[in-house]
Amino acid sequence: MPSAALLGQSLLSGIFIGALYGLLGLGLSLAWGLLGQINLAHFALAFLGAYLTYQLSAAGMDPLVTLVVIVPAFFLFGAALHWVLARFAVSAFNSLLVTFGLTVVIEAAIQWIWSADFRRLESHYADVRYRLGALYIPLPELITLALAIVLSLALWAALRHTDLGKAMRAAAEDASMAQAFGVNARALALLLSGISAALAGVAGLCIALSYTLAPSQIYAWVGVVFAVVMLGGLGNALGPLIAGFVIGVSEAITMALTAPSWAPLVSFSLLIALLVLRPEKL
Amino acid sequence: MRTIGALVAAGAALALVPLLTLPAFYESFLYLVFFWIVLATSWNILSGYSGYFSFGHGAFFGVGMYTTATLTTKFDFGFLWTLPICGAVAAVLGVSLGAIVFRAGRMRGELFALLTLAVSYVLATVILNTPIDGGPGVALSAVAVPAIGPSAPSTFYLLALAAAVITLAIAYQVQRAPLGRGLFAIHDDEDVAEVLGVPTYRYKLAALALSCALAGVAGGIHALFINYVTVGETFSIVVPLSVVLMSVLGGTRHWLGPAIGAAIITALLYAFTASDYAVAGRAAVGLILVVVILFMPQGVMGHLVRWAGRRDVPPPPQSLRSEAPIQARNGSIVLAVQGVSKAFAGVQALAGVGLEVRGGEILGLVGPNGSGKSTLINLVSGHYRADAGRIQFGGVTVEKLAAHRIARLGVARTYQIPRPFRHLTVLENVMLPAMFGHAGLPRLAAEREARRWLEFTGLAGKAAALPAELNLHQRKFLELARALAARPQLLLLDEVLSGLTPSEIDGAIALVREIRAQGASIVFVEHLMRAVMELADRIVVLSYGRVIAAGSPAEVMGRGEVVEAYLGKARA
Repeated sequence: MPSAALLGQSLLSGIFIGALYGLLGLGLSLAWGLLGQINLAHFALAFLGAYLTYQLSAAGMDPLVTLVVIVPAFFLFGAALHWVLARFAVSAFNSLLVTFGLTVVIEAAIQWIWSADFRRLESHYADVRYRLGALYIPLPELITLALAIVLSLALWAALRHTDLGKAMRAAAEDASMAQAFGVNARALALLLSGISAALAGVAGLCIALSYTLAPSQIYAWVGVVFAVVMLGGLGNALGPLIAGFVIGVSEAITMALTAPSWAPLVSFSLLIALLVLRPEKL
Repeated sequence: MRTIGALVAAGAALALVPLLTLPAFYESFLYLVFFWIVLATSWNILSGYSGYFSFGHGAFFGVGMYTTATLTTKFDFGFLWTLPICGAVAAVLGVSLGAIVFRAGRMRGELFALLTLAVSYVLATVILNTPIDGGPGVALSAVAVPAIGPSAPSTFYLLALAAAVITLAIAYQVQRAPLGRGLFAIHDDEDVAEVLGVPTYRYKLAALALSCALAGVAGGIHALFINYVTVGETFSIVVPLSVVLMSVLGGTRHWLGPAIGAAIITALLYAFTASDYAVAGRAAVGLILVVVILFMPQGVMGHLVRWAGRRDVPPPPQSLRSEAPIQARNGSIVLAVQGVSKAFAGVQALAGVGLEVRGGEILGLVGPNGSGKSTLINLVSGHYRADAGRIQFGGVTVEKLAAHRIARLGVARTYQIPRPFRHLTVLENVMLPAMFGHAGLPRLAAEREARRWLEFTGLAGKAAALPAELNLHQRKFLELARALAARPQLLLLDEVLSGLTPSEIDGAIALVREIRAQGASIVFVEHLMRAVMELADRIVVLSYGRVIAAGSPAEVMGRGEVVEAYLGKARA
């Protein structure tokens, strides 16, 4: 049995990684639930964002300031992606295949530019860690947690309480009906797809702050983040964060009690149980 | 049979390649082509034909890899002996998964994709953490390669070639057999397929078992080919995604499609990896996928087939009513419904409904919207299960039978909003119930039967069209033709007239009369009272899920409570 401090530390790391799961899942879940766009390229985009953060920081920019460049650029990319998918009337399932193709292209581009070797962002954030009793709290993870919570809550509130958000949800349910009531569903879809891609950029920053980068790592996140998205409920802005915490913490505890390599079993067993027992909930 | 013969001949010719003593890398390259043909084609048998896209093909392939790795290194099995075991283990795994997943009936496509993906992650974790692998991977360098060909590479070449020929032959046979027809129907509309007599659950399991077994064998061969098996490589997401890519590129609705896609992609990747541009090669493959889905979503074979189909000349029409009519059993009770109740989330759709249908009669089932007419049809045809009560058809208790069993007993239905199989031609739509329904005809007889009913409903000229090319009137008649082709004893017509113009209605009424004249009993659900009064021998009136009146049309429609149910209470 591990000590209380160790267990506490793994609980904390579970929360931190859960926040990143939630942040990665947020854009994915909104695009899937509200636009019917299953965007596998979300992960490649996040890594592209991470590499851009790495590159811009190496050029002397503060990592957090890189968002000023990355967020608008990714927003445009996301809007363009949806424009193409809508132009060709791509079905939800085929959007998965198209964006897989895109993933492969982006992965190749990353490998072309930055090589397949591991890259690590050197920033002044990485050295800062706070102490809370016996627990250590690294600053990069704290930034991730804060961004995930703030963005999830902001989007949740926006979708729920603003006219724009209500129009978006109406358009997601029945685009032609919403259009008949004067909602510009096409423009909203472009906006939402742009936001989703911009979120991938933010998640990329968080990945760059805490992890070593390699193009092959793109696929490492796919399974568990999809599980988070499904568990959280499609199109729900708070769902991915909550599901992310659940999965992150249960993985961390599994790792502390058994071996790290058993961790994937938790999230996927949860997902399978949910899919088989309560498919109507998804 | 000609196709199978050509396939075997091509295989035999290719089997001579090792005699040419080419440099080994040719054989290795061709090995990879055949290996991917097996994987993509086997994936397509379930996922392409039925539309249930699996992302877990890597799991079944991986099970085969580790079966061979474990049996040869730890238990000293001969390599060839492990191959059938690989297939069996993968099939058992697939069927156990399918038995759980498909039990709930229809499942949304993306959920199935995710579930199968999750299964591969779980499997990978278990194998990684148990003595099956344990972490470092399994080396097969000490395992003897059987001397089938003159060298080890040619042995692998021949094994993969044999596997590819067998897999393609199976895919071809499945597509032509009832199994394939049923899977294509499931692809378009699973509920309708079941109601027309397709045993959807068994078919999905059978396709899954075949698909997994073939992937397992491919994995077994590949384990020895690469000589060193690791969890990371085996269960990576690359295997399922490549398989999907190849199949979609080649065309998922044709047995040869995935093989074409596999050959193209493997050749592309090989050409680039052999050069200095491996990264560019991968990017090219990604771009191809994007472009294909956008511009050619049906794949290479899909386009070829459509292009060839345009020149298809319809055969000359045959004379009507040349064969046995629908069976008649005048007077006896065909359908007996007793005390049937059904509730949906608190709404009592039917409460203790009882009625009878006699041989050769038309029973008009009327009532306001929401009175439970369609629910009753869904219960009799087996789409829903009754909460209470008995339903007997021809003396057989049917309320607990699956819908396809009820269809086979001789019940057929139409849908109020037509639900044709979108990707099947009008002729194929009508052939399906002739093969799977009460008549259970073989393919050629089913085609004759289908053409007969197309002529009966005036659709003979549209036999080669897709349902999307029909107008509403024609789609309604397609529904009717599809129900009739099953040669039912009991026909459930759910508002066949709604949405038709007055002259079309007259035609439809004449048609229903003619169907009855051939001996079928008909339950006729309709709002249009003119048609009900003209056609029905007896009428049953439903209101709020209860029978409030039954009897001859003129008598029943004169009753006060019936008028009230329709128009509300009179206030004097």
